[in-house]
Amino acid sequence: MNFKQSFILAIKSLLTSKMRAFLTMLGIIIGVAAVIILVSLVDGFENLMLDQFDSIGANTITVSLTPRGSTRTVDVEDMIKLCEDNPDVLLAVTPNVSAMASAKIGTEDLSSSITGVSEDYLKISTSEIGLGRFLTYNDISTRQKVCVVGSYINKEFFGGNGINQTLKINGNTFKIVGVLEEVADSTESSSDNKIIIPYTAVRSITAFSFVSSYTFAAKDETMSEQAKAIIENYLFSIFSNDDLYTVASMAEMLDILDTLTGNITAILVGIAGISLLVGGIGIMNIMLVSVTERTREIGIRKSLGAKHFDIMSQFVVEAATTSAIGGVIGIILGIVVSIVAGKMMDLPVSPTPLSILIAFSFSAAVGMMFGYFPARKAAKLNPIDALRYD
Amino acid sequence: MIDLKDIYKIYVDGDAEIHALDGVTLHIDKGEFVAIVGQSGSGKSTCMNIIGCLDVPTSGTYSLNGVDASTLTEDEQAEIRNKTLGFIFQQYNLIPKLNLLENVELPLIYRGYPPKKRTELATDALERVGLGDRLRKFPSQLSGGQQQRVSIARALAGNPSVILADEPTGALDSKTGLDVLNFLKELNNDGNTIVLITHDNSIAEQAKRIVRIHDGKIIEDRPSERCKEESV
Ligand SMILES: Nc1ncnc2c1ncn2[C@@H]1O[C@H](COP(=O)(O)OP(=O)(O)OP(=O)(O)O)[C@@H](O)[C@H]1O
Ligand SMILES: [Mg+2]
Repeated sequence: MNFKQSFILAIKSLLTSKMRAFLTMLGIIIGVAAVIILVSLVDGFENLMLDQFDSIGANTITVSLTPRGSTRTVDVEDMIKLCEDNPDVLLAVTPNVSAMASAKIGTEDLSSSITGVSEDYLKISTSEIGLGRFLTYNDISTRQKVCVVGSYINKEFFGGNGINQTLKINGNTFKIVGVLEEVADSTESSSDNKIIIPYTAVRSITAFSFVSSYTFAAKDETMSEQAKAIIENYLFSIFSNDDLYTVASMAEMLDILDTLTGNITAILVGIAGISLLVGGIGIMNIMLVSVTERTREIGIRKSLGAKHFDIMSQFVVEAATTSAIGGVIGIILGIVVSIVAGKMMDLPVSPTPLSILIAFSFSAAVGMMFGYFPARKAAKLNPIDALRYD
Repeated sequence: MIDLKDIYKIYVDGDAEIHALDGVTLHIDKGEFVAIVGQSGSGKSTCMNIIGCLDVPTSGTYSLNGVDASTLTEDEQAEIRNKTLGFIFQQYNLIPKLNLLENVELPLIYRGYPPKKRTELATDALERVGLGDRLRKFPSQLSGGQQQRVSIARALAGNPSVILADEPTGALDSKTGLDVLNFLKELNNDGNTIVLITHDNSIAEQAKRIVRIHDGKIIEDRPSERCKEESV
């Protein structure tokens, strides 16, 4: 008896009790679908984060200061000087002030992020200017109420003609002097929804005046570590206490993100794997019942010359087929659900071929593993006992 | 070819020992038609199961074609059942979810024949028992006599040299029973060795040799009346 016959036999046997076959598969279906959905969603989430980081640049280093109780401090000029003192390593620096303010166009509220930066921002960010101009040294030093907006705002509110129009931030009127090139898809939830203003202007619209956050750019990505060390040494020489500031390089954060999503994936796949295991035990259970039910059939087959291997393969193939069909249904379900969920959660989800392959081979393997024991039980039956069984 | 030497089959049931076979020595040559007769519980089926390599004796040696069965592995025994032996059981023992053709093909599948050859041989066998027009029917759609004919076809399909029939007529009326018997005679005339088990003396007389078992012992071993008449 060859594999093809065992396979046909398995299909026949499954068709004789469809409901039972389906219920047996359910564990595998859920397990496989869970693997695909979870892996796709984590993947989508990571892609989303990477998109956002992309607009910042992998060679950047962010500095946050929390000089509580310290008498010494650093200001923007100090940071610029640090940059100029290390021209081989550091390219540029900009303050990076997130303004806790609300923006309006006419009477409509915006959900945009508002960031105060210097004219060097363009050297650091991967953003490019699309229309008009970026902020200038003059805008910064004279605290001009001007801004550069993301392509979402330009498209959505001004039909692409946003230059020289105005918007209001905390009641102050800002003139739009430039529009950034599209970096994502110009939707509200993307990084195309932002407003960039002179950091000096932030001081005039909110109560905060201390610049606590800076973004540096290293000459290139490979110098990130070196740049970070220079900045840390400088800050330590000022504060003498490394609790008062944090320095993080983007390269490092990408690494952390990578490790983090890797770990999350591993945990989720582990959980989904447990459900596959449970599904496998379900298959084993039903196969054991099936062996008992078919004891007489096994006896007949043995009396007609079926060998150990023939009976083994019949039951193992049946278990593997059950599980593999469950796997295929699970894969389809998983793909559909992850695409729908991705749409709903606005995540760039695409089920990877690798996760599908792993899910499928794992489910077939589960079937074989858990089919082995019942199959061996069947093959070991004594022919005469099996024939007499009622 | 079939050689039983001092065979015991002892079942232990609590404290009691049941001697299903109690020192049976029996030799059957190629081409013989032997009827094993005896009352219910006398050990006929036990004897046939041992001859059929379905069961092993508690003691004694059984050899088939000069090979001691106890030296064979399970797979080797399976191969003998497949190639040398054909079984006809009292309860037909067809597989309900397979159609007639598939049932008859089973021993050929285990013999590793290609599909075309299988179908051909199985169809032939079913035609021989007069069921050539019902290949795709299922056992449950047939009468008892027809089902028994299917099991005969299955035993024949692989052209085994020994046919072991355990009460093949037990569940049939006398007319269909006679048909089955005539069939066995025909096979015997073709040169097959036949071992027929029955508790019915008139059926046993249709064989050439009668072996009577009582309480696991052979108490009589003689040529049948039919055989005596023919040789005269
Ligand atoms: N598996 C078993 N366990 C215990 N005792 C058994 C077993 N199989 C058979 N026996 C006993 O062995 C004896 C012979 O049984 P066997 O089936 O060979 O009888 P038989 O001659 O075929 O009878 P029948 O004509 O009713 O079929 C009986 O007493 C039976 O109870
Ligand atoms: Mg019997």
